[in-house]
Amino acid sequence: MLRLLRAVISRDLRLAMRRQADIVAAMFFFIIVVSLFPLGVGPEPAQLRRLAPGVLWVAALLASMLSLPRLFADDHRDGTLEQLALAPQPLGLIVLAKVIAHWLVAGLPLVLLAPVLGIQFDLGADALVVLMLSLLLGTPALSGIGAIGAALTLGVRGGGVLLSLLVLPLYIPVLIFGAGAVDATVSGLGPQAHLSLLGALALGGVFFAPWPTAAALRVALE
Amino acid sequence: MLEASNLECVRGERRLFAGVSFRLEGGEMLYLQGQNGSGKTSLLRMLCGLTPAVSGEIRWRGEAIGKLGEEFRSELCYLGHQNAIKEELTPLENLLSAARMAQESLDEDAALDALDRVGLSGRADLACRYLSQGQKRRAALARLVHEKRALWILDEPYVALDPAAGKFVASLVGAHLQRGGLALLTTHQAVAIPAGTVRELSLGADAAAHRRS
Amino acid sequence: MSNRVINWFRYASPQTFYPLAGQLIPWFWALAALFGALGLTIGFLLAPTDAQQGEGYRIIFLHVPASWMSMFIYLVMAFWAATGLAFNTRLSGMMASALAPTGALFAFLSLWTGALWGKPMWGAWWVWDARLTSELILLFLYIGFIALQAAIDDPRRADKAGAILALVGVVNIPIIYFSVKWWNTLHQGASVSLTKAPSMAAMMLWGMLFCALACWMYSIAVALTRVRTIMLERERHTDWVRALLADKE
Repeated sequence: MLRLLRAVISRDLRLAMRRQADIVAAMFFFIIVVSLFPLGVGPEPAQLRRLAPGVLWVAALLASMLSLPRLFADDHRDGTLEQLALAPQPLGLIVLAKVIAHWLVAGLPLVLLAPVLGIQFDLGADALVVLMLSLLLGTPALSGIGAIGAALTLGVRGGGVLLSLLVLPLYIPVLIFGAGAVDATVSGLGPQAHLSLLGALALGGVFFAPWPTAAALRVALE
Repeated sequence: MLEASNLECVRGERRLFAGVSFRLEGGEMLYLQGQNGSGKTSLLRMLCGLTPAVSGEIRWRGEAIGKLGEEFRSELCYLGHQNAIKEELTPLENLLSAARMAQESLDEDAALDALDRVGLSGRADLACRYLSQGQKRRAALARLVHEKRALWILDEPYVALDPAAGKFVASLVGAHLQRGGLALLTTHQAVAIPAGTVRELSLGADAAAHRRS
Repeated sequence: MSNRVINWFRYASPQTFYPLAGQLIPWFWALAALFGALGLTIGFLLAPTDAQQGEGYRIIFLHVPASWMSMFIYLVMAFWAATGLAFNTRLSGMMASALAPTGALFAFLSLWTGALWGKPMWGAWWVWDARLTSELILLFLYIGFIALQAAIDDPRRADKAGAILALVGVVNIPIIYFSVKWWNTLHQGASVSLTKAPSMAAMMLWGMLFCALACWMYSIAVALTRVRTIMLERERHTDWVRALLADKE
């Protein structure tokens, strides 16, 4: 089982490495969206500090969604998905591996970039640490939930827009607890409650979501 | 070993075929014929378990394939219309990662040997993007060289291949049948299989007969 | 036992369900009209004016039933989705797609009447109250379901994809609801909520009950009408639909 996970993850990572432009583009999207906000609302530090958790989280959420339409679409087009569905293992496990690979490529870089952008918003050191922690816990849930949407809209007309329509409402709890954790730190309350709920969501997202995703993929392959 | 009874396939609002039945034993090959759009690919996908049959049953070693699930899939090798080749990866990487994801043991030497034999020696380290259609098909077919699973389902294996390569694939299928394997394949180019019993099933004629009745 | 199961599946086939639904629809319409008339009479003429909220509160006779229905219909949809996936019955998917627009309509009505009620009560058309916010998200979920089904051409695939989405949605609704509630209590003081309103007069309760029943009957009638249309559309090539249409001509 671990061998299968490793095989799928290493293949997806290798493919991502041969297409680095995609990863870089998503990261720049994150940076640009976050940088637009001070230009829109004004450079006043106190206000920026208050806005920072929400802005950073919403931007991270959108950036991690950019690469979702291609999560299964490439494999679907060249026939690899059929082979994966016919592999002698549960398809859910393969999906789990792909979710992990997606997180490593689309989620982890956001976690690493976020503190730099947090400084632009005048966040304190402890808030920056919590921001990173909350993204570290929350982005896997985004990849997991996003995979369901990507599988449901596979090969469907207007899939990209539809995907965001399906997935964004389901992202709301992650957004609330993620931004809430940073907010709680800024306002002096502890972030523990938020972070543990976020951890629960991440576990649910990563280990529950692959099964409906696998079901949706089988429907798409029929 | 593989038994299909009364299969029916509906695509959209059209019934492609109905009442398709056959039995295939070890060492036998079923050569599926029919015009474009007669449902050959649909039938193969149904036999793999990708598409559920509207009615009818498919049994492998006496049990329904839906019930067998992974047990059936571990004995199945399917080569579809598409090559299942990643353009960004080299033929060698493609072959190795496909084997690993199917949980087969294939070491690098065996993989290089397979690529050698399908005529891709010297191209093993070139991204598949730069290969011609025929070479890509060869890269996909390289999977069959060391393939030991019992049931091969090949959709148009000869497409884009030159006659020599086609003959090589036929020899692979022949060796597979000699080992006691089963094969189903569709093709528009008749290539003689050197060994085993070859049986034929024609979908178009069957559908026509069905329409008349 | 097995006989009974087969019997149930018999009604699950469109061919037998179509005429049955046709016979039931007028009854549900009649009941909807009756309950509606009763509820509105009580609500507008008999129920006392609220001491704190004046006449404006009377919107709850539509608002509360609409909110209930919007949530309940999602559950029913998820139920049909689950049976469709489990037993592979054609009727289940059709029922789910027939219910979705009605559910979305009620979610929208609930938001709209909520805004109309909020303006005199809270002084704003929209407040980020936990209930209002979750209702808005519920509307998004309905719209996502309808959009997904509309985007897929093959009806059987649309049914299955929609069913998976409905089930994922129903698992998520409580999580979304509680997270929104928590978010709300963190960000603002306790909002005006219905449960804290002074005890309701018995007359109001009756009015609300009848209005809710009217909404129920309306939903069933509309869903059955819609499911009949869907059946004709999807099964237009089958013998029974052809015979039916030939009879009508």
